[in-house]
Amino acid sequence: MSDNEKNLKFLDSHEWARDDDGVVTVGISNHAQELLGDIVYVELPQIGSNVSQKDGVAIVESVKAASDVYSPLTGEIVEINEKLSDNPEIINSSPYEDGWFFKVKPQNINELDEMLDSDAYKKLSEE
Amino acid sequence: MKATYLNSKHKDLGGFMVDFSGWEMPLHYGSQLNEHNEVRTNVGIFDVSHMAVFDLDGEKQEDFLRFLLPNDIKKINGQNKAMYSPMLNYEGGILDDLIVYYLGNKSFRIVSNCATREKNLSWLSKIAEPFDVGIDFKSDYSILALQGPNSHKFIKSHIEKDISKFSVHNTDDVMIASTGYTGELGYEIICDQEKGIKFWNEFVSNDVQPIGLAARDTLRLEAGLNLYGTDMDQTNTPYDSNIGWTIDFNDKDRDFIGKKALEEKKDSKKILKGFYTEERGVLRGGAEVIFKGGSGVVTSGTWSPTFKKNIGFCRVDKNCGEIGSAVLRDKKITLKFCNTNFLESLKQDV
Repeated sequence: MSDNEKNLKFLDSHEWARDDDGVVTVGISNHAQELLGDIVYVELPQIGSNVSQKDGVAIVESVKAASDVYSPLTGEIVEINEKLSDNPEIINSSPYEDGWFFKVKPQNINELDEMLDSDAYKKLSEE
Repeated sequence: MKATYLNSKHKDLGGFMVDFSGWEMPLHYGSQLNEHNEVRTNVGIFDVSHMAVFDLDGEKQEDFLRFLLPNDIKKINGQNKAMYSPMLNYEGGILDDLIVYYLGNKSFRIVSNCATREKNLSWLSKIAEPFDVGIDFKSDYSILALQGPNSHKFIKSHIEKDISKFSVHNTDDVMIASTGYTGELGYEIICDQEKGIKFWNEFVSNDVQPIGLAARDTLRLEAGLNLYGTDMDQTNTPYDSNIGWTIDFNDKDRDFIGKKALEEKKDSKKILKGFYTEERGVLRGGAEVIFKGGSGVVTSGTWSPTFKKNIGFCRVDKNCGEIGSAVLRDKKITLKFCNTNFLESLKQDV
């Protein structure tokens, strides 16, 4: 496990979240991108939209399958990774860095605590 | 789970292994897109040893095959050739699709799909019995497919002279035929495992890219080749599956399984069409297709690595027109119908 992976929180639906001074960046895990294979499309949420915890807010589609991406927190979408629209393969090559999906300004940052830590997620994804 | 004899090789090469009809097989070795493109532009090697090889034995092999299959083996008789055919039940429904290879010495070999191995063995044995033809299931044989425009470079040291499409080069223990499932120049090599592993090692050590099942699927779809169990099954006839050309009624005296039923089903309203969309999102198998006057269903759909758009097959009415629509994630998208061989029908767009 890489250092940056260790500091992330995860959902069992394979999203990761990282708190950067009160704004939470969300992406999909390395395990998720491996399962999906080559990613060819991404649909991202609108900036300014309000989302609820565990809402499907983005879609990631590989050659093989399409999958919803859920928001781990309730809040407002403040930024999206527009690079993904033309270069979705970034998600395959850099799921935890350049391949982030969107940023949420959460209503309640404590919702992060409901997520899995990296060890628990790793255990789950190895099952 | 069952495994081919190359299982550990796939894992050593980084194969992402999945369950495919009860077989642990490589889906990809890192990137299915790279693998796909490698076969389209250069060369790749597939392990397809999970498929079924049946060697026939007996005097009446030809009579048996002429009764078993709607395509007429007389076409290739005496020539070192291969022939594609569906295998039908008495109602004209498709039990499987397969290739028959003529091995010389009045002997034939059938290669059919993985998921139907056991079913085919019992069907073939049953039909062969009155012909006194033996069915030898070579369940542990190696089947490798070397595919791509540069495949000839890697095979030429193994064949005496160049072989044309659908030809067979057979020695006592190795069969090399210019067949495949990718739409590219290519060869399929069938032999025992000991020789199989030598071929595999030779190709891989010469930097031939191993190709997983994911790219195999996108390659065959672009080439307009049906996948049994997905694009057609027992509920379909060759006529509604775009393989009506395999039904050979030329010899009026020949009876074959499904003949009577097919004569009545010739005017099938349904056909298998290709479609593509310019919109984002992949329409996948099971999705409903709407056209003027009716509806149909997508049988296979994918994102095409070669054409960078969404393509697929759908079963629709013959008179479906040129354009249809479908709903994908609550959005209506437009489909353009075309010939299922996208390598031909989308060629000008590249």
